[in-house]
Amino acid sequence: MKMGNKKMKESFLETFYKTFKMTLKSFGVMLPVLLGVILLIGLFKTYITTDLISSFFKGELFQDTFLGSLIGSISAGNPISSFIIGGELLKEGVSLFAVTAFILAWVSVGIVQLPAEASILGKRFAITRNIVSFVFAIIVAIATVLTLRIFT
Amino acid sequence: MKQNKNDRKRQRNKSLLYGLLFLAFVIFLYIVIFFFNSDNFLISLKTSKDIVIQILPILILVVIMMVFANLILKPRTVSKLLGDESGIRGWLLAIFMGILSHGPIYVWYPLLKNLKDSGMRSGLIAVFLYNRAVKIPLLPIMIFYFGISFAIILIFYMIIASLLEGKIIEITEKSFNDKRKIDF
Repeated sequence: MKMGNKKMKESFLETFYKTFKMTLKSFGVMLPVLLGVILLIGLFKTYITTDLISSFFKGELFQDTFLGSLIGSISAGNPISSFIIGGELLKEGVSLFAVTAFILAWVSVGIVQLPAEASILGKRFAITRNIVSFVFAIIVAIATVLTLRIFT
Repeated sequence: MKQNKNDRKRQRNKSLLYGLLFLAFVIFLYIVIFFFNSDNFLISLKTSKDIVIQILPILILVVIMMVFANLILKPRTVSKLLGDESGIRGWLLAIFMGILSHGPIYVWYPLLKNLKDSGMRSGLIAVFLYNRAVKIPLLPIMIFYFGISFAIILIFYMIIASLLEGKIIEITEKSFNDKRKIDF
């Protein structure tokens, strides 16, 4: 009985080691592209400032909503940053439609991360998902603000 | 079986080459910036280092989850929970997994690829990725800036949008696969 337990333990450890090695190997393949994305985000955060983003909005409702989604799509970083920038944009008079589209695209579309997504999850999947998310950022922004206006 | 293994190896080598080329391109951008503006080069590098430090615990968590997923979740189980036969339960599971996951979107790609290889539906991957945008710990910040009504309405529409996106992706993939079959 004891011998059987020992054998089982050994075979589990062996399987665990093999699985661990296999996982590290497949993770290692994805590491260069992940590192590339992180370095790209570092560049992005240095060059794209709140002032630069707010300078794009011109006060046209539909154009600004589209632009909000577009700028959010090419932006990258923590979602908190999108809330803070969104709050600043609202203070500067940018419409809630545009700010909502901006926040949504920021968190759901990832142009900077696209190379990693395409390489790991497939080109077709990544491109379709990002295009659909871009369109949905506009639609959800319009639906959210209109519903908010009905209820408040 | 051997053919399958060779295909996987070829695919892995292709992904590695693509990743290395992409990394080389970004490093080249850094080199160019270094010559034009060394201050921005250093700021960007420091920002990237801070991101690595920030995401390291999540990356470790992802690797551990990948090991356990490989160890415990057999393709049959994944297929049952998140595959074609998962039904409504699969969609709900993908929503909750997406909402509960933390950290940047790209750290989750390796685990999702793992699950995809074991039979996870691509629509559910899209649902997971979209629902990552619903951040429960960040809700107080969103409420602070935009109000509670805005936050509730937005999250409601986002969950609906995630399901629609998942369906659209599945329909697109199915029509592409059907077309490919006809071409053959």
